[in-house]
Amino acid sequence: MILDAFNAVLVQNGLITAFVFVGALVWVSYQLSARLTRGHIHGSAIAIALGLVLAWVGGSMTGGSQGLADFSLLAGVGVMGGAMFRDFAIVATAFGADVGALKKAGFVAAVSVIIGVVLSFVVGAVVAVSFGYTDPVVVSTIGAGAATYIVGPVTGTALGASSDVIALSVAAGLTKSVLVMIGTPLIAPRIGLNTPHAALIYGGLMGTTSGVAGGLAATDPKLVPYGAMTATFYTGVGCLLAPSVLFLIVRAVL
Amino acid sequence: MVIYGVALLSFCMLAGVFVGDVLGELIGVQANVGGVGFAMLLLIVLSNLSSKRFKLKPMTESGIGFWSAMYIPIVVAMAARQNVIAALSSGWMAIIAGVAAVAASFAMIPVLDRIGKGGRSDS
Repeated sequence: MILDAFNAVLVQNGLITAFVFVGALVWVSYQLSARLTRGHIHGSAIAIALGLVLAWVGGSMTGGSQGLADFSLLAGVGVMGGAMFRDFAIVATAFGADVGALKKAGFVAAVSVIIGVVLSFVVGAVVAVSFGYTDPVVVSTIGAGAATYIVGPVTGTALGASSDVIALSVAAGLTKSVLVMIGTPLIAPRIGLNTPHAALIYGGLMGTTSGVAGGLAATDPKLVPYGAMTATFYTGVGCLLAPSVLFLIVRAVL
Repeated sequence: MVIYGVALLSFCMLAGVFVGDVLGELIGVQANVGGVGFAMLLLIVLSNLSSKRFKLKPMTESGIGFWSAMYIPIVVAMAARQNVIAALSSGWMAIIAGVAAVAASFAMIPVLDRIGKGGRSDS
């Protein structure tokens, strides 16, 4: 009886339950990050990876298409991770970006953001085509996912891609994010990533905010603000270009 | 007040998504075109504008800052509701796409770094 009442409270307050659940998931991830990887893999990357693993568990147990959100107890995760809150939080991250500081940083930093988005998009799209995809919506969504795990779902949702394609784009973006975190300290000496100028370009080219924050923190904490600043613009530029100009180009080419 | 910040942020999102919808209609893709991007630009413009004319109060800023800080948890929730089962049937493609994008981007850093330093002294 007590258990039923408890269950009912969690189901009736689904979104609140999701806050507790995600909070716990993030906490566990940051503990794993600190203890198992000594901070080398950013906690947010582990949390997202765990989220995808749990979505896989949820999908295989319920047979549904919404991952963990198919459990009635965790339906709130579907609301919290849905398009409305996701886009809301993305728009909010733009608040930290200072146009004046970016202007001062130089023309190259701005160009690096655009080149970064287009480069990752093209590489992702080429990989998608080489795996036999020909639908412009699918190719664009995967290309956008190679930019970041945010640009992918935003593009996919805007273009009407299916959930499994969106999941592919998230997986591509997550691979990128984790690789940027792990790879940056290793490759930094070879690519001259040791000045604020290079860090600005690095942030613009990589774009994945958690990847850049984690990667620079592991390389040289002093460089973090420079890379993070240009990276802040990346997702916005990606969300602007990928479902519009870049999609139209893909549609024209295929 | 916190609600002013949340309201400003909400207004920017609605306006941006509206512009994205109209633009999608105009170019005939029947989809939202860059709505989130427009919303971000609008928020940057409005928040920079207000810092010169009427400064946003810290409480107002915290209404936006809260949602900015919720970005990662929301992305975690987003990951947890994806159709991963379906994605894994062609899992290698996602991994190869991600790895290739990182490799190409890393390779581009020294190139842009050199161009930026050669032409101008903006250090």
